[in-house]
Amino acid sequence: MTLLSLAAKSLANRRFTSILTVSTIALSVLLLLGVERMRTEAREAFTSTVSGTDLIVGARTGAVQLLLYSVFHIGTATNNITWQSYRDIAALPGVAWTVPISLGDSHRGHRVMGTEAAFFEHYRYARDRRVAFAAGSTFDDLYDAVLGAEVAARLGYRIGEALVIAHGAGSASVLDHGDKPFRVAGILERTGTPVDRTVIVSLAGIEAIHADWAGGVPVPGRRLDADAVRELDLTPDAITAVLVGLSSRVHTFRVQRLVNEYPGEPLLAILPGVTLAELWNVMGVVEGALMAISVLVVLVGLGGMVTALVTGLNERRREIAVLRSVGARPWQVLGLLVVEAMFLAAAGIVIGLLLLYAVIGTAGGALESHLGFSPAWRMPGLVEWLMLGGVLAAALLAGLVPGMRAYRYSLSDGLALRL
Amino acid sequence: MAAAPIIDIADLVFGWKRNEVTLDIPALSVESGSRVFVQGPSGSGKSTLLNLLGGIIVPRAGRIRVLDEDLGALPAAARDRFRADHVGFIFQQFNLVPYLDVVDNVLLPLRFSAARRARLDGDARDVARRLLADLGLSTADVDTRRTHELSVGQQQRVAAARALLGAPELVIADEPTSSLDVKHREAFLALLEAECARSGATLVFVSHDPALAPMFDRVVDLVQINRAPGGGQVP
Repeated sequence: MTLLSLAAKSLANRRFTSILTVSTIALSVLLLLGVERMRTEAREAFTSTVSGTDLIVGARTGAVQLLLYSVFHIGTATNNITWQSYRDIAALPGVAWTVPISLGDSHRGHRVMGTEAAFFEHYRYARDRRVAFAAGSTFDDLYDAVLGAEVAARLGYRIGEALVIAHGAGSASVLDHGDKPFRVAGILERTGTPVDRTVIVSLAGIEAIHADWAGGVPVPGRRLDADAVRELDLTPDAITAVLVGLSSRVHTFRVQRLVNEYPGEPLLAILPGVTLAELWNVMGVVEGALMAISVLVVLVGLGGMVTALVTGLNERRREIAVLRSVGARPWQVLGLLVVEAMFLAAAGIVIGLLLLYAVIGTAGGALESHLGFSPAWRMPGLVEWLMLGGVLAAALLAGLVPGMRAYRYSLSDGLALRL
Repeated sequence: MAAAPIIDIADLVFGWKRNEVTLDIPALSVESGSRVFVQGPSGSGKSTLLNLLGGIIVPRAGRIRVLDEDLGALPAAARDRFRADHVGFIFQQFNLVPYLDVVDNVLLPLRFSAARRARLDGDARDVARRLLADLGLSTADVDTRRTHELSVGQQQRVAAARALLGAPELVIADEPTSSLDVKHREAFLALLEAECARSGATLVFVSHDPALAPMFDRVVDLVQINRAPGGGQVP
């Protein structure tokens, strides 16, 4: 008790150095927790995105690549799969449902995904949640579009408004499909997955806007107006990927093998969970490096604290002698310095935590649009508490450096130090 | 018949380094309740004697008894507790802990000594304020000034109040007046003696300045009682 109140008053008396030290530690704690939070949230967001799908099928490519472009809309497909392949996959025994996906166009920086209404029925996120409509409903008409929550919020769309799809991905597309505008038919609830940033239209709609295109450009002299296209057969020739649901997990490996050995064209079927694990293995190196840097930054912060305490110690030798004269034991002098170190670290931890939540609160939206997920408002988890405990333990050890020095002063100076 | 000695030193030998003798005092006895002036020039071993009396260090040979307690035989923890319970110190200067206010500085010994807490007559803060008032510090100075804003003379009075709080049997003053001018020197000493008399404390006053000697019951010349050649140097 005595040591605690003495340490608190001593630190308060050296306000300026104390605040600087606490700030350094707070920032290092913010970095440490921030890196950990991003790491776990990214994993959760990714895992949550593929929760209901048993297999993902695409043209043969890297498993991680297929996973990234099909559901996370990162990168682009190098090859499509034919509609015939899709029909055959859907017909495999054990397959309960299939959702075709066609990617390649965009709307003001947001990916446009062509699919079927079955998507809303079968797609699951965050373990077992279905996508729900905040407004409107699924597409009825050929030129209907359903917007993810983020798209609607960022671009301010309401039901019934028109939007024009641009050809190709990215926000700087030169060519657009201005002759065949879509109408907003539905807006989805926020899911925390890439669906939020997606414009969803029917496969037929994708086919319709490309009806008078060939090889990625409009065919000169062959313009078909929006209504004329309705008369055509709009079954697509090719799609980008297929989400597959099985009637039972038992069929997983058999169906996977059948798809991988499909004679018509080279296909790849992946188990999203397994491929995610592969992805984490790759990411693990980066995460480890980031974590190591954060830990080093914390150590630098604590090093600054040690420097401040040791520097201040010489002018405190008289104070130490006074404390000894009124009966303080040498270990109590040591303890005073250690408690001061712990106080500084504890204050740094508390402020670091507050900063973390301040950052989540203010920058969460920006993170959401750049990274596709935003850290949730949740209490620190076990790992985070352990990290903070580790910082405190490290501060205790660091406090022993000035502490031992003060201990030696208390023995060598006794009561007789003259200044 | 003299009262029982509060300090009883016999054949005491101490050296800071192995082959060096700083203090060699065949005999020194201080009566309980007396006021003793220990005089000696710099380097005569005054500080070493204070450290021995406070139980910070122990003699290499011989005996040093304070309040019938053989300090040389006590373990370090017991000596620290003994010092907390029974001895009040006033130093030459920089007596105060800079981050505590005036009253908290006076109360500092109570944090380390239950015995001195127990001897208090009333609420600790009230007793501290009364002592400070007795020593001539105004309430305004006590309540509004930070310790470093006090004059040196005021700081020394705060230190005296701290040394006296909780009525330790022995008060040791190490050149407490050397940073005061002559007028304040005698006034401070008079107050200190009066407060020691009130609480019944024995006062051991160490100084190189013989001018103050007449105000004491007894004068001990450290150069005469210390047989160590050339006295001692504090390392």
